Amino acid sequence: MTDIKKTDRPADTPPTGPEAIKAIPVRHYGRYVAAVVALGILGLLIWAFAGGNINWGAIPDYFFNDRILTGVRETLLLTLLSMIIGIVGGIVLAVMRLSKNPVTSSIAWFYIWFFRGTPVLVQLFVWFNLGFVFEYVNLGPVYKDEWSDFMTPFLTALLGLGLNEAAYMAEICRAGLLAVDEGQTEAAHALGMSHGKTLRRIVIPQAMRVIVPPTGNEVINMLKTTSLVAAVQYYELLRYAQDIGQTSGATVEMLFLAAAWYLILTSILSVGQYYVERYYARGSSRQLPPTPLQRIRANLLSLSNRPASTGGTA
Amino acid sequence: MTAMVKAEGVHKSFGHVQVLKGIDLEVKSGEVFCLIGPSGSGKSTFLRCINHLEKVNAGRLYVDGELVGYRQKGDKLYELKDSEVALKRRDIGMVFQRFNLFPHMTAVENVIEAPVQVKGVNKGQARTRALELLDRVGLADKAGSYPTQLSGGQQQRVAIARALAMDPKLMLFDEPTSALDPELVGDVLDVMRDLAESGMTMVVVTHEMGFAREVGDSLVFMDGGVVVESGNPRDVLTNPQHERTQSFLSKVL
Repeated sequence: MTDIKKTDRPADTPPTGPEAIKAIPVRHYGRYVAAVVALGILGLLIWAFAGGNINWGAIPDYFFNDRILTGVRETLLLTLLSMIIGIVGGIVLAVMRLSKNPVTSSIAWFYIWFFRGTPVLVQLFVWFNLGFVFEYVNLGPVYKDEWSDFMTPFLTALLGLGLNEAAYMAEICRAGLLAVDEGQTEAAHALGMSHGKTLRRIVIPQAMRVIVPPTGNEVINMLKTTSLVAAVQYYELLRYAQDIGQTSGATVEMLFLAAAWYLILTSILSVGQYYVERYYARGSSRQLPPTPLQRIRANLLSLSNRPASTGGTA
Repeated sequence: MTAMVKAEGVHKSFGHVQVLKGIDLEVKSGEVFCLIGPSGSGKSTFLRCINHLEKVNAGRLYVDGELVGYRQKGDKLYELKDSEVALKRRDIGMVFQRFNLFPHMTAVENVIEAPVQVKGVNKGQARTRALELLDRVGLADKAGSYPTQLSGGQQQRVAIARALAMDPKLMLFDEPTSALDPELVGDVLDVMRDLAESGMTMVVVTHEMGFAREVGDSLVFMDGGVVVESGNPRDVLTNPQHERTQSFLSKVL
């Protein structure tokens, strides 16, 4: 038996009887069975891993290793810079696609079609191997250098990830701009606001509510996708972890270590995303969504089978 | 009295659909000018032409003696730049059927937005004035509320305050009470009545015949993109001359 308390349910109370109903709640036996089965499977999994020849001790030993920390820094840097390229490029492409000029909108369409339609790993390899096609980078009098000196692994990684991301961000931004009611633009214009001011003060702040959640996803995705650049000789978290794994003989352990770091970073990012979303939700709903703490409390309450008063636990 | 709005043979079409087929009318300074007619008759389109939200295809439309959307040099017309159009819109307030308040701003922020961003009024001054205006429309206590926290009637009154904050010489109302619950209509009409008494020139597209009769100085009945009948609201509404006006009024009154 659980410690289910019978609470007052004024809504269920018939109008004639003001006395609160004290009924035995329905027992969900299926839930107990499901919980037991799930715990059993989990136990088996843990047992299997415990029996494997895994040197768990290697993970804490190397967790704050200098090379791992360098890798974390590189991963974060690459995520940040690629996302900046992606977001700026995405906004430019979105505006191009929505412009009335058929040339710019077709170019934007073609860009998005190409970069979204080919795998990012292929794009990375293409950037990496362009040196076979071009011997020099020649921008006339401005810049001239051998391709291999110009296209460092870092630049390869950055261009490969950033330009690919721009195609995705373009669609996200475009959806956001289109989601804002046309009446908003009209109202702003009727007040004498210019196109630029209307976009900046009225349309974009409202578009952000649509743009931010998928962009948060993109950041988290990007953080993980940076692991691909190991293929073009750029050293980041995964690559360093693999290196250590090979030299120390703890290959699988180091992969677990990398996975743990990725999990930590993505978790931090999702918390950040949540607060940014909350900020842009102001005015769009009567009540701001609960903070994670409030949500956890609400979830704990609902575990004890009481109707949670706070919303957002759908 | 001078003409605030003057239309001469105004035509407007969307693609192949002709919405306005030669509108001639004159709105005098300081009067309340009501536009009535069945939906699709072009009255909202005409209203939107006045502040150039829609481009006129043929004919001439003047606001306060100046051509709307174009500049005439000799016998040639030059389209106005966006910035010039924006400059003219400052003086024309507009109230929409669906309010179109900025949902990410509170009521008072909605009202100060244009004075601060467009006219460069300092924020403190704009705010004092905004609170006065909100008080005038009966919403002094709602200054900090977001539009979603307000009822339709309250939103529309904030929208009126927002338009007034630019000190317009002309106010356009596009069916301001059509999206409201019946019991909220009165509050908005009261604000408009008060505005009319203060001498504001108003062009009102409306289905509120009572308002047109009581407050209106002139009234035009439009149907099929043309002006069918015009005159004093009390005369037109009680004793319509044209057959189409009679049949329309018999349905709505």
